Amino acid sequence: MSTVPDPQRSPEQPAHRVDKQVEVLERVVIRFAGDSGDGMQLTGDRFTAETASLGNDLATLPNFPAEIRAPAGTLPGVSSFQLHFADHDVTTPGDAPDVLVAMNPAALRANVHDVRPGGTLIIDTDDFTPRNLAKVGYATSPLDDGSLEGYRVHALPMQSMTVEALKDLGLSRKDAERSKNMFALGLLSWLYERPTAQTERFLTAKFAKRAAVLEANLRSFRAGWAFGETTEAFPVRFTVPPAPAEKGTYRNVTGNAALAYGLVAAAHRAGLPLVLGSYPITPASDILHTLSGLKRFDVTSLQVEDEIAAVGAALGASFGGALGVTTTSGPGLALKSETIGLAVALELPLVVVDVQRGGPSTGLPTKTEQSDLLQAMYGRNGESPVPVVAPSTPADCFDAAVDAVRIAVKYRTPVLLLSDGYLGNGAEPWRVPAAHDVHAVDPDISTDPNSTADDGMTPQFRPFLRDPDTLARPWAVPGTAGLEHRVGGLEKADVTGEISYDPANHDRMVRLRRAKVKGIEVPDVTVDTGDHAGGHDHADSDLLVLGWGSTRGPITAAVREARRRGLRVAQAHLRHLNPLPANLGEVLLAHEHVLVPEMNLGQLALLLRGRYLVDVISCNQVRGLPFTSTEIVEAIEDVVAGRVRPTPRRDAR
Amino acid sequence: MSTPLGLPTLRSGTADVPSLPDGVRLGKKDFTSGSEVRWCPGCGDYAVLAAVQGFLPELGLRKENVVFISGIGCSSRFPYYLDTYGMHSIHGRAPAIATGLVASRPDLSVFVVTGDGDALSIGGNHLIHAMRRNVNMTVLLFNNRIYGLTKGQYSPTSEVGKVTKSTPSGSLDAPFNPVSLALGAEASFVARTLDTDRKHLTQVLRAAAEHRGTSLVEIYQGCPIFNDGAFDVLKDREESVARLVRLEHGQEVVFGAEGSQKAVVRSASGFGVEVVGLEEARAAGREPVVHDVETADPSLAFALSRLDEPTMAHVPVGVFRAHSRPTYDDGVRSQLDAAREASGGPGWRAGDDDLEALLRGGDSWTVE
Ligand SMILES: Cc1ncc(C[n+]2csc(CCOP(=O)(O)OP(=O)(O)O)c2C)c(N)n1
Ligand code: SF4
Ligand SMILES: [Mg+2]
Repeated sequence: MSTVPDPQRSPEQPAHRVDKQVEVLERVVIRFAGDSGDGMQLTGDRFTAETASLGNDLATLPNFPAEIRAPAGTLPGVSSFQLHFADHDVTTPGDAPDVLVAMNPAALRANVHDVRPGGTLIIDTDDFTPRNLAKVGYATSPLDDGSLEGYRVHALPMQSMTVEALKDLGLSRKDAERSKNMFALGLLSWLYERPTAQTERFLTAKFAKRAAVLEANLRSFRAGWAFGETTEAFPVRFTVPPAPAEKGTYRNVTGNAALAYGLVAAAHRAGLPLVLGSYPITPASDILHTLSGLKRFDVTSLQVEDEIAAVGAALGASFGGALGVTTTSGPGLALKSETIGLAVALELPLVVVDVQRGGPSTGLPTKTEQSDLLQAMYGRNGESPVPVVAPSTPADCFDAAVDAVRIAVKYRTPVLLLSDGYLGNGAEPWRVPAAHDVHAVDPDISTDPNSTADDGMTPQFRPFLRDPDTLARPWAVPGTAGLEHRVGGLEKADVTGEISYDPANHDRMVRLRRAKVKGIEVPDVTVDTGDHAGGHDHADSDLLVLGWGSTRGPITAAVREARRRGLRVAQAHLRHLNPLPANLGEVLLAHEHVLVPEMNLGQLALLLRGRYLVDVISCNQVRGLPFTSTEIVEAIEDVVAGRVRPTPRRDAR
Repeated sequence: MSTPLGLPTLRSGTADVPSLPDGVRLGKKDFTSGSEVRWCPGCGDYAVLAAVQGFLPELGLRKENVVFISGIGCSSRFPYYLDTYGMHSIHGRAPAIATGLVASRPDLSVFVVTGDGDALSIGGNHLIHAMRRNVNMTVLLFNNRIYGLTKGQYSPTSEVGKVTKSTPSGSLDAPFNPVSLALGAEASFVARTLDTDRKHLTQVLRAAAEHRGTSLVEIYQGCPIFNDGAFDVLKDREESVARLVRLEHGQEVVFGAEGSQKAVVRSASGFGVEVVGLEEARAAGREPVVHDVETADPSLAFALSRLDEPTMAHVPVGVFRAHSRPTYDDGVRSQLDAAREASGGPGWRAGDDDLEALLRGGDSWTVE
């Protein structure tokens, strides 16, 4: 059981309280939507933090435009934040919101169609003027034309109530209106019995230097809460009990933060200074921001002139014996290709983080996609194998980062860590590990010559004399006497590292580099057959759903649903895309059908077909949003019912 | 918003690099690697290599703390020939790679070796940013005014109208003046020297290495294969005396043979400088400008750099600027030190407890 902080009552207790019924729910999906300038991300973040501390399991989906402030009140300017919380294990931010909080007509228009039938709409009516309605294409007001009949509607003048609550503060109307998001947060916090102390603490810290703004925000927040308590509009309050959880200390964490912490923790455990080279890009910049604030952990962050310089600086630092890291998104990864190739040739540790977004080109900067997999695998000249690791949930970004560091350091290789916008910005509760639970990789930096010269006596350092088990080369860093050596992008002679144009040597080195990456230790993929298999072989399953990266949540939810419907569905998920787990071929062949959902047009599917000659079935979408579980359930049903089949093979006659 | 940075006072570029124990001296041989040198016969790179191998021991540093990082080009093969740590990287990126190394390793003396194409074409962006940041490293820019390694295409320092395989009708674009470029990019140390003048080369390189911050040294380098004779006028003894303007700190800028000496004076318009006969200048009360490498204002140094024209009528050589200002890497390290000190006093290092506190953050809860 969790120790649940008491929902803190507002200090301004209302004079006349209305007795409210409390209804217990298993799960709720709430979406906050407003103008980009309305502070919906902050509102969602705070509600999430309150919810997390209450012990619910949760998943979030922030969704915002690429423009900082798109024109006010327009559809492209709508920003939203969705949160799914429950008294049980949650794997997705939810397909359809139960509750939509819409701060203006545009927010309503852009989101109402996602709300489940019979769902609740909490609408700030102050902006519902003819002009604003027309701006988003409403001919009549949905508030009174009957179009919202299928929903439970709470139409409230939240903006006016906020202004009223702040009237004696001497703020301009415009400034007062600004804290209407806190009014909404207060109201929703009341409605779902969320604890408020944290939010008050948060606001106090955030606006410590601006007393008037702080006062306005606190008052609006409390006014929203008090409104809920006194109004008759909300006769029922809801509560969602905590989800059962393993013992431990928990926090709420976004994928970008977890990834940054994973890098820091792994470097700390390895005893290596971390040097980040980076150039800002959505949705990866928060990793740069987080790491820039962690100097006390021996983290050097260099914001340099472009992505090429960023990966260069990281590689230069690795040459000097630090853990070089670079963080970016797809367009930046494209710029880094040549240097990653150099790192492959130099065989130095380097972690390259790609928080994927919609492409090609600038694409959809704030939306998620998994379309850099082939770029990560093959986007370099020459035979240039790079290990690829993919986290599958926001909290898992921590473990994936630790694993990427392990591989980079142990095998002296660049590693690509493929996160995505959904993971990076999404959040979930995370059981915080103890320091000693974080894998400590031994950097094993050379201090002495590793061989003798031809005379058999004189000590000599051979920079490409490999470890027979891992095929890793020694890491000898400047400042170490006797190990002076030169490395470079030109082909090197095996063992000695001298420049070599010898054909047989090149052939050997290309194969050695590949063998090294192929031989990286990665765990077998595990197949979850649910209860239906009841201990028997997963070959009995009708279908295997195989995913990688952030599709894990929706796939898990879909597989559960399909099983509820009586389908025998197995599930497996890939953390390692290169090398692939040793048992993967066997797993694929053991299933008659394999369904591969991806937020791209079939990149993993292409790899699997090429590698295993297995005709997997793709399920693809690139709308910039995660899969809904419904989409995957439908795809599962289609395959099981025989409506979708692998491409028929030509008769081999 | 800007915060006073409280940066350390400036020291020599090699102040943090371990030096050899008393009485131990290295020689040219110690800095020579076993690799066979593979430049064309007569290539200017040989002379620079010899000069570098000759002057490195004079720095008195441990050679394991010396690093050469190069890009791609004929000249960029340089690191292979020195028995120090070295990296032959990729085209144009050496300054960026060196930036990461220097920022994390104060105990190294880092040299970047680059060509006119490597530094000013593909790598122009990295070069200017390294100079504006003032990263503590010495950049040797081998300017042969041609792409050597790719067999003779024109480069960003080739004169307009250059006929090469890729410009059969003559090149159209105006060249960079690397010294002007460096001064414009806020470089704190800028110099020019020649592969053919071993003594000058050595002096300049030594000053560059000892400067704390980015030192850019443009080296006029002959490429007899693809740009034969480019610097011939400067090789001829008489011609070179007439054309080379040897800059010396604190000295009047005068040059030319005895009897026909020239002076560099402020131009009549008030901006820039011009060359007039020394006698004539003195007679008219126009005193030669006095060279000052240390001054914060780079205007005069820039004006001197503009004397250089494609005709090479006047070629200023020597140190244009050697101004002390805070370096990027010292700043980076002092911020790290300050953050650690604020956490637990001098010498504090984060422990496992600190890591766990970081991971827990401010808003954690416990499940029993
Ligand atoms: C990305 C990339 N583009 C092009 C080349 C081909 N290339 C190698 S060296 C060079 C020009 C070198 O000229 P410069 O820097 O002046 O060096 P030099 O050979 O004259 O010493 C070019 C274009 C390359 N190696 N890499
Ligand atoms: S091509 Fe020119 S620069 Fe290159 S090695 Fe030959 S002479 Fe030297
Ligand atoms: Mg050149």
